[in-house]
Amino acid sequence: MKLTTLAAALLVATCAHAQDIAVRAERLHTVSGPVISDGMVIVRQGKITAVGPAAQVNVPEGLRLLRVRVATPGLIDAHSVIGLAGYLNQPHDQDQLDKSAPIQPELRAIDAYNAREKLVEWVREFGITTIHTGHGPGALVSGQTMVAKTRGQTAEEAVVVPYAMLACTLGSESRGGKSPGTAGKQMAMLREALLSAREYQGKLKEADASKRPTRDLRKEAWVEVLEKRVPLMVTAHRHQDLVSALRLAKEFDLRVVLDGASEVYQVLDDVRAAKVFVIAHPPMARFAGDMENASRSTYSKLAEAGIPFAFQSGFEDYVPKTRIVLYEAAIAASYGLGQERALRAITLDAATLLGLADRLGSLDVGKDGDIALYDGDPFEYTSHCVGTVIDGRQVFEGVR
Amino acid sequence: MLLRFLACMGLGATLGAQTTTTAFVGARVIPIRGAPIEDGVLIVESGKIQAVGRRTDTPIPAGAMVRELRGKTLMPGLVDAHSHVGGGWGADSSSPIQPGVRMLDAVDCRDSGLQRAQAGGITTLNVMSGSGHLLSGQTIYLKNTDANTIEELAYSFPDGSPMGGMKMANGTNSHGEAPFPGTRGKSAALVRESFLAAQEYQRKLREAGDDASKKPARDLALEGLVEVLEGKRIVHHHTHRHDDIQTVLRLSREFGFRVVLHHVSEAWMMADEIVAAKVPCSLIVIDTPGGKLEAINLDYRSAAELEKRGGAELVAFHTDDWITDGRLFLRSAALAVRAGLSRETALAGLTINAAKQLDLEARVGSLEPGKDADFIVLSGDPLSVYTRIEETWVLGKKVFDLQDPKDRVWAEGGWGAGMDRVGNLCCLGGTEDR
Repeated sequence: MKLTTLAAALLVATCAHAQDIAVRAERLHTVSGPVISDGMVIVRQGKITAVGPAAQVNVPEGLRLLRVRVATPGLIDAHSVIGLAGYLNQPHDQDQLDKSAPIQPELRAIDAYNAREKLVEWVREFGITTIHTGHGPGALVSGQTMVAKTRGQTAEEAVVVPYAMLACTLGSESRGGKSPGTAGKQMAMLREALLSAREYQGKLKEADASKRPTRDLRKEAWVEVLEKRVPLMVTAHRHQDLVSALRLAKEFDLRVVLDGASEVYQVLDDVRAAKVFVIAHPPMARFAGDMENASRSTYSKLAEAGIPFAFQSGFEDYVPKTRIVLYEAAIAASYGLGQERALRAITLDAATLLGLADRLGSLDVGKDGDIALYDGDPFEYTSHCVGTVIDGRQVFEGVR
Repeated sequence: MLLRFLACMGLGATLGAQTTTTAFVGARVIPIRGAPIEDGVLIVESGKIQAVGRRTDTPIPAGAMVRELRGKTLMPGLVDAHSHVGGGWGADSSSPIQPGVRMLDAVDCRDSGLQRAQAGGITTLNVMSGSGHLLSGQTIYLKNTDANTIEELAYSFPDGSPMGGMKMANGTNSHGEAPFPGTRGKSAALVRESFLAAQEYQRKLREAGDDASKKPARDLALEGLVEVLEGKRIVHHHTHRHDDIQTVLRLSREFGFRVVLHHVSEAWMMADEIVAAKVPCSLIVIDTPGGKLEAINLDYRSAAELEKRGGAELVAFHTDDWITDGRLFLRSAALAVRAGLSRETALAGLTINAAKQLDLEARVGSLEPGKDADFIVLSGDPLSVYTRIEETWVLGKKVFDLQDPKDRVWAEGGWGAGMDRVGNLCCLGGTEDR
């Protein structure tokens, strides 16, 4: 008797692992290929093992099957601060910005990420499964960012990439106070920091260990950028600041990502020539300050120019404390970008930006089992997210 | 045929207050009061609606210009009962209760926010000062046409004076260093003292009757409060938390003032009490709860909860522009539908129900003969994300046209969009005229 129970338990364990699930959707957006009518995705042990028309995909026995109208890859928010910035908006839950010094690349996102933050749960309920989050705009170099799945109880459980980008801000948002007080000074300070990090980088390569420098957290973080393992994400909106970022990238041979980029439509040729990725501003962000010339037609212009881009929820210091990248992409879709392209920008293109296209961003065999479920066109105001699956586990069940 | 069509378009754009008759035909017409009309007709003359109905039984007057709108949707201009466009500030930091201060004296009628609101289909707005005071002054109801002075935009009371309500707030926004209150109890006490003083002033005015020598000296603050006590001015009351909502209902009962609850984040918790008191709500719909402690329980389903309890007519929405974007006002109602509200109430909440909250339901908020010819032309269903507002008409005059590159800047943003209507003259290429 006991043996039979054990055998049965083992059988269940092999047939229906906790990270096994099947999703059958009337419209299955794989994103990497055409929409499949009545499509099926199979996830085993957290990874996608089969995708195709339901008639051609066998559902292994014992697998939990979810039936929905629409399924898409789990959505990716290409730039957020949630987990560091909390929804209460009180000093104790705001860890996205320390203003004690203008340049602090040593601040790690993983030391500040609150996996149990309500905002993380909130965006998960709209189908967002991955966020690129971390130190926010507002300082010349505010710190590191990370990539996390919107699940887990600790930063370690959530993290996908611990040091994803280094967050830099140009323009009026990171000026003020005594220094940097001007655009020229901002660039001079960045160049000095990079020069000094380059010297440090050289000394690290000394054959004689005794000649190597003592560890310097700040410079170590810069070395990652100099060695192109980590991009410098430059938040800037004015056209001249965007061009300054490209100039810096050229001088130091950096990988730069332009973030926000409200006036990018004025410098499309330069941006395309520099082959950089743009994390475009949320179309519903308030068009004020450096963003006063922002436009909701920017996204279709980027698409026409062949400049790769993704969407972000961005940073908000009041209400709403975070935007929802699904909603933002929806507005861009309606202002000329179109549904298909907008969906790609919050899935596969965002995965490419983050260097994770081998794992995320489309429903393809071998990728993570991250799936968003909807009861209609995901972008429609009146549709609902009806489920979220991360690594084959349903982490949201309900109607949002 | 084509020539005639083009001629009509041109005339429609250039005429001022319409003296001729125009017939808008073929659109799906949503009159708000009454069911939607497929292949409908709207007849406009001298800035007023002359007729609304089905094409088959609505005769088009001889000589009327005909504008074909097949495939489009036509509905009343939207009414935003809570906006901060115009860059105006009412009360200052000298005291928490300033009923004598008027937004009339503070709003910039050339502010780009008004243009963006036109692009969002908003034809009537209640512009108010902020919530940093228990009472921050007299609000102003505006007709959102293009104008050179605020007087041209302002609605009027029957006595001819500029029309508006009174802005009040409770909760933490209006807390501060003395003389501002530090607690909720103190807030309510300060408000009650002010209304008691106003009641006393009102009594003296009544006793004096027509005898000018017996009248008390004029006091702008008390005069403003007396207008509230007399029901001339509706109180527009910022309130979020359930207990603060209850406090507003309590004070409104005590002094008998008419009130509209604004924002009302926790209305879904207080739906029974609000419906029982028959107090209208002007709701804000924010993408995400939080951002401030009073909004941590904000929920899209407030409107649906009020409707479920028989309070459909109490439901309206507002932009609180720049908290939400006037260009996307339709979206607020659509998100409430996402949370269970009926489509009918959602559309009424953008139009007639909001008009009632401003005492303007006789003039705007629905397409009915005799009402102002304020309407919008949409590319499709007003509650779909893919729908664009193509035209906005106020008093029979087109004030926004998506096809016009200059207007498109207000709708989408772009180079020069941050400038106000005057500043933009220089920044659209120099020769452009607006």
